[in-house]
Amino acid sequence: MSTVPDDLWYSKEHEWVRAEGDVATIGITHFAQEQLGDVVFVELPEKGATVRQSASLGVVESVKAASDIYAPISGEVMERNVKVIESPELVNSAPYGDGWMVKVRLADKGELRQLLSPADYRSHIGETAGAGGD
Amino acid sequence: MATAAATLRRTPLYERHAALGAKTVAFAGFEMPIQYAGIVAEHRAVRGSAGVFDLSHMGEFQFTGPGAGAVVDRLVSSDVAGLAPGQARYGLLCNERGTIVDDVIVYRVADREYLMVVNAANVAKDRAHVLAHLGKDAAFEDRSLGTALVAIQGPRAAEILAPRAEADVRGLPSFGVTRSRVAGAAATIARTGYTGEDGFEIFVANDAATRVWDALLAARGDAGIVPVGLGARDTLRLEARYSLYGNEIDETTDPIEAGLAWTCKLDKSFVGRDAIAARKAQGPGRRIVGLVVEGGVARHGHEVASDGRVVGRVTSGTYGPTVEKNIALAYVPTGLSKVGTTVAVRIRGRDVPATVVRTPFYRRPE
Repeated sequence: MSTVPDDLWYSKEHEWVRAEGDVATIGITHFAQEQLGDVVFVELPEKGATVRQSASLGVVESVKAASDIYAPISGEVMERNVKVIESPELVNSAPYGDGWMVKVRLADKGELRQLLSPADYRSHIGETAGAGGD
Repeated sequence: MATAAATLRRTPLYERHAALGAKTVAFAGFEMPIQYAGIVAEHRAVRGSAGVFDLSHMGEFQFTGPGAGAVVDRLVSSDVAGLAPGQARYGLLCNERGTIVDDVIVYRVADREYLMVVNAANVAKDRAHVLAHLGKDAAFEDRSLGTALVAIQGPRAAEILAPRAEADVRGLPSFGVTRSRVAGAAATIARTGYTGEDGFEIFVANDAATRVWDALLAARGDAGIVPVGLGARDTLRLEARYSLYGNEIDETTDPIEAGLAWTCKLDKSFVGRDAIAARKAQGPGRRIVGLVVEGGVARHGHEVASDGRVVGRVTSGTYGPTVEKNIALAYVPTGLSKVGTTVAVRIRGRDVPATVVRTPFYRRPE
């Protein structure tokens, strides 16, 4: 499996978006889960909540620390992934699969164009890894 | 980041950590491995088999001479005078106000020789504290920078160390210490640790560190042992309810409220004794308790609330990989410290329910 699948959009904050019609599935990237380490807790908005692009959507906690998940696009939450709340380790084992976070009804499809393409995201994490390390 | 990193010290095992793909972090002025394969996997390896730790950042003070025992006994809260050669004990350095300067382990390595292991972040402060109380009958040497410390911890630790050590390490009692050799290098071997498991801490000169490290990790494949970073060291110690200096204890906390009265031998003279005895007689207004948190991970600094009012503060919190719960230690008013009491931890502005539980959170099977 590619660590940056070709069929997704990406945010600089390491979320991914799978857009199907006016529904967007959101998760965090392989790079993000690797940086976080073992994820032990996930906090997500309830169905019906409104999320706004670039605002905090929820929180993932690794053993060491809590990190915000930022909404890569705006919309209304149609479903949150109950499985990932019960088994947070899915974020590590299947970040693009069973580790997804929420499905959102897109408020403005135009927002997708503000996201990164897979190629752009690859170079984004290349830069991040090269400059900062940790 | 880059400029800060340039000033960090590295232990003699730094190249080994890099080769093992460790993520590193700045800790007490050292660039230390925080994790290798992952905190949860490393934690479980220590509980189930064994793990090897680089603790070379820790401080080592040596006291020698005819008055060494008396000097250390006066500095440390616990019964150092009662140690026979080859025995070690946990204790506290306190100030005259009766608050905690550091927590230490004192090893009576030989008749007139004591080793005091102190926290890395406190080496300079502890050295000043020790020198202020040293007197003339003992020689003191801070050997921190020349000494490496490798620990092996876990139920298989003795089995792995035994063929690599000259001493009979299986026969070494808990909190026993002996001078011997490991992988051919002169070593001080102690049956002590900070994980809640059986295990050993091995002190060697810096130039022998890689030899000892390589010899222990040579058992990797067959025994399932792994290198362990500071991340799992923290989750292991928290499940075992060991205090961490800077979290549970510091110069604003006293041994009574910190649950460390058992380390204070009040019928002897030591620095801080009178103030601690007074606090004990008075009864502490707050106490450290263990919490199990439902629906969030408590972290150092989070507020503890009761009936919507802030009543205390979390000192350490994490997900406990063995107990499989979100666990924390916190100071709460004595009236809320009883096991079974319900309080709340304020996590991101929300009051998340938490219950006071008996500690340690984890106790190793007999």
